[in-house]
Amino acid sequence: MSADLTPDEARDDAPDTAGVAVAVTPARPEPSPGPAIEGRSPWQLAWIHLRKDRAAMISLAFILLLALVSVSAPLLAHWIGWSPTDQDRTQGLTVDGLPVGPSGRHLLGTDNLGRDILVRVLYGSQVSLLVGVVSTLLAVAMGVLVGLVAGYFGSAVDTVLSRVMDLVLSFPFLLFAIALVSIFGSSLAISVFVIAFFSWAAVGRIVRGQTLSIREKEYIEAARSLGANDLRIMFVDVLPNLLAPVIVYTTLLIPIAIVFEATLSFLGLGVVPPSPTWGNMLSDSLDFYQVSWWFPLFPGLALLLTTLAFNLLGDGVRDALDPRAERLFQD
Amino acid sequence: MSEPVTTEPLTTEPLTTEPLVEVEAAVKHFPIRQGVVFKREVGRVHAVEGVSLTVRRGETLGLVGETGCGKSTLARCITKLHPLTSGKLLFEGRDITGLSRSQVRPFRRRMQMIFQDPYGSLNPRRRVGSIIGDPFAIHGEGSRDERKPRVQELMELVGLNPEHYNRFPAEFSGGQRQRIGVARALALKPSLIVADEPVSALDVSIQAQILNLLEDLQHEFGLTYLFISHDLSVVRHVSDRIAVMYLGQVVELAASEELHGRPRHPYTNALLSAASVADPDQAAARQRIVLTGDVPSPIAPPSGCRFHPRCPKAQQICVQQTPPLVARAGDPDSHLTACHFPVEPGEDLTRVTATIPEEERAE
Repeated sequence: MSADLTPDEARDDAPDTAGVAVAVTPARPEPSPGPAIEGRSPWQLAWIHLRKDRAAMISLAFILLLALVSVSAPLLAHWIGWSPTDQDRTQGLTVDGLPVGPSGRHLLGTDNLGRDILVRVLYGSQVSLLVGVVSTLLAVAMGVLVGLVAGYFGSAVDTVLSRVMDLVLSFPFLLFAIALVSIFGSSLAISVFVIAFFSWAAVGRIVRGQTLSIREKEYIEAARSLGANDLRIMFVDVLPNLLAPVIVYTTLLIPIAIVFEATLSFLGLGVVPPSPTWGNMLSDSLDFYQVSWWFPLFPGLALLLTTLAFNLLGDGVRDALDPRAERLFQD
Repeated sequence: MSEPVTTEPLTTEPLTTEPLVEVEAAVKHFPIRQGVVFKREVGRVHAVEGVSLTVRRGETLGLVGETGCGKSTLARCITKLHPLTSGKLLFEGRDITGLSRSQVRPFRRRMQMIFQDPYGSLNPRRRVGSIIGDPFAIHGEGSRDERKPRVQELMELVGLNPEHYNRFPAEFSGGQRQRIGVARALALKPSLIVADEPVSALDVSIQAQILNLLEDLQHEFGLTYLFISHDLSVVRHVSDRIAVMYLGQVVELAASEELHGRPRHPYTNALLSAASVADPDQAAARQRIVLTGDVPSPIAPPSGCRFHPRCPKAQQICVQQTPPLVARAGDPDSHLTACHFPVEPGEDLTRVTATIPEEERAE
């Protein structure tokens, strides 16, 4: 390459007249053979695209770190020296019985019962991620199944399933959640179920719409002419074409589920205390935010950063799998 | 496929007369429905209206006609992608008209389809190897490992590099993709291949390659083709016999050279005069028969002969009676025309005017 550049450099230094002559003569350097063209799958191309998105990559790193933290929370708690339910009976509260601010003993301060906020925030990530991911996966599985069936079979099946989805979408979330929890009692499983129940219909609608357009494609007709049955066409031919929108929607649904869970915990409908969640920590801090800023700040910050990271990653994934970008490798 | 070109009318029958596919009085209507919850039928598209055809084993039957004349619908009825509204369909002598989807499965091994759009007919999210291996997987032939060498063999057969087994359709050109479609159709060694405009989406130079490939494969495997196209020169090149369709009906059926040499139906004449000629001198010298008006709507097709509103030779009887598809005076038995007043050799259609009043035509 550098050898090819020399005539251009020479031209820059040379007087004008010579410059014209030189500028005309250099032949275009032969396109270098470069690395052999290798076949890349659409997913590889999307990953290459995603890797260039700095916000998405930082978010991804944050999420991976969060996952690591939540898995190793007991280890971290042991290392810090407090369990999430330990009350520091000597220095955990002021003489007035108020939370103690950040210090060497409690890096992020203590809460109203003298418990270490750092450890509780770390433990809180367990519930948030678990509920966020599990309920989203449940919702996506159900949404994909219902949407696929509705879109693929159409007619009466579609009408019935679409009305069911409309019905679910029109339910008031909080009222329904409060009612369910008062019947079944609050627990982690109920939280997951309630959140999944309110999220699947949105996925179902998206999948149904996509399926409607995909089933008219000629390759579906080709599969049918080969003798494929409905089940095979749905899962072998239609589903791979739905993965892009489903993956995008999944990453965008996780933060919504995390906020849902925090809302339930905040209202005392989620995970039972004293297990720490970001939601019930915020709820506990309501009476103290005027005197101890650290109490609501750190769980709130954790919630904010987590939802932000998932949203930014979701945006990045959507850009990477964008249908317009997709066309580059479809045509 | 390429019979010796004879200038005299072809009276000799093709090599074999054993019928592979028989279509009897096939009718296909598509209902038009309106309403949100309770849909009621407000009309019907008469896509195929009483077509009777026989595809003989080993031959190539060309099916020509302009866009929307029902040729693709007929092909999809023959491959059982659409059920017939009425009529009968026989494949290898067996009636498969009323068979359910699972009952028809064994027959699907024997008849395959090649689609028009090489971009739309291959799933963009699946690897070529698994697309070509689909017929094996669907019909339960061999495990995944056993299928791979067979798929690579097929790829080689149609002129693809077997090493590209793991690539996606997007990594191939249009012509290569159509080869993938051909390989998929060929996988189960079918007796009939219905090719629905297999080359019309390709560059002309690529068209010839695919046509030659199809021809070679026909010789090698004794395939029977139902070849659909709107390109007359392509159909002429590949077909033993040609059926011309207009608005859901076959209007003329004859051996390829016979049809080109002595077209009897006015519509066939018009079609042939519109076909592009490679020689510009010839192209300038010939006279085109320009049809007036548009193709009537298949929702409300004209009475009698469906071509009468545009036919230069139409008379009163054409409005009232549908002409049967039979051999006309002076034609060999294999040359069938559905016309009350077939065009005589040497007759100049550009100088004829119809003898029915305008109001009658509009019917």
